[in-house]
Amino acid sequence: MIAIIDYGAGNTASVANALEELNVKFRIAKTEGVICKAEKIIFPGVGHAASAVRNLHILNLFNLLRILKRPLLGICLGMQLFSEKSIEGDTACLGVLPVDTKKFDETKVTVPNMGWSKVKSIKESKLFEGLQNEEFFYFAHTYFVPINEFTIATANHDVNFTAAIEKNNFYGVQFHPEKSGKAGLQILENFVEKC
Amino acid sequence: MPSRRIIPCLDVKDGRVVKGTNFVNLRDAGSAVELARRYYEEGADELVFLDITATVEKRKALIKLVEEVAKVIRIPFTVGGGISSVEDIDVLLKAGADKVSLNSAIVKNPELISEAATRFGSQAVVVAIDIKKIDDEYKVFVKGGRENTFIEGFGWVKKTVELGAGELLITSMDKDGTKDGYDLDFLSKVKEMVTVPIIASGGAGNQQHFADAFNSANVDACLAASLFHYQEMKISDLKNYLKSVNVDMRI
Repeated sequence: MIAIIDYGAGNTASVANALEELNVKFRIAKTEGVICKAEKIIFPGVGHAASAVRNLHILNLFNLLRILKRPLLGICLGMQLFSEKSIEGDTACLGVLPVDTKKFDETKVTVPNMGWSKVKSIKESKLFEGLQNEEFFYFAHTYFVPINEFTIATANHDVNFTAAIEKNNFYGVQFHPEKSGKAGLQILENFVEKC
Repeated sequence: MPSRRIIPCLDVKDGRVVKGTNFVNLRDAGSAVELARRYYEEGADELVFLDITATVEKRKALIKLVEEVAKVIRIPFTVGGGISSVEDIDVLLKAGADKVSLNSAIVKNPELISEAATRFGSQAVVVAIDIKKIDDEYKVFVKGGRENTFIEGFGWVKKTVELGAGELLITSMDKDGTKDGYDLDFLSKVKEMVTVPIIASGGAGNQQHFADAFNSANVDACLAASLFHYQEMKISDLKNYLKSVNVDMRI
């Protein structure tokens, strides 16, 4: 069973719909108990980093996510919360990645970065198996995770930024696989089947 | 930079897609869910649903339709029409919409933009601005184009972005339904004024009109409705053409 974490900061409906299309069993989870029973966990996220972290604390999930050993897929804000800190609200995050989440420079590019961008794989990962390199995925974000040693794929919006990460059991994508057509479904299927 | 987007718009009334000329004379164009599926398969980058009866008849947007659409398409979609509170937005996003489009309510209550952006993130907040040129000045219209607010267009653009709009959907009422081309003059000025993405709407009649909006007005996305509904233009043909004239497209 896959748990989709519902902490009041994610669009769980879209991820749930995508998993239904893939015939994957899942539960929407808010509690430690359900999350600990899941084989894998999906951690979506939209909205503001500070309120997302506050909600994680209220539900008592913050530390759990840091120490979990099961495969965990952070989506969009979910992946950004893996960083040390987000400049959005100057928010202390989970500290999985050794970088801080930054903001795109509005004087140079359109912000939010909204639309379909090519994603370039730079390290092999099970997450991208069966996909062509430089496939399009859908992005909708104002903040980004800089490229770091755990970056497995990049995209560009004025700067090259992290499109996907892998570190031990932690996987993350800045784009929305649940909204990225067939390529996005492939990412979710890879996470469920292979990671 | 992401690729430029082609966005079919589905004006919805009672679960059916309708489209009129200059905001009146509605024609039926089929089931909203079926059309959504077709556009997804043909390569649309995103969809917009406008519940055109919602504001006038004080109805809330069609939650059930949103749920059904979210089950069949794997691309982002925006829902608008009759949204007047953060609670309205919450329900739509939970039903599976990615963004909401705000129009009439924000004229009375501009703070709704900032409340929504704070709670759901700017990326979920599209501000729809309907513009009509009157005596050489652009005026903002609401309620499906029925009511002149007498607010000046460029000032309103600036204000909504300052309040936290994540994207602007600009419809030229003078052009809408004419197939005469987008309002390049207004769009290019708006694009220079703000840093959020701009969606052009109203007036598309042929492939060249899309190319002009992207290449001359530098918009991020082009929206059209009847052109696609009645199969006058296929999305895949349009995208191939645009790519051939150097517009960055997801093919």
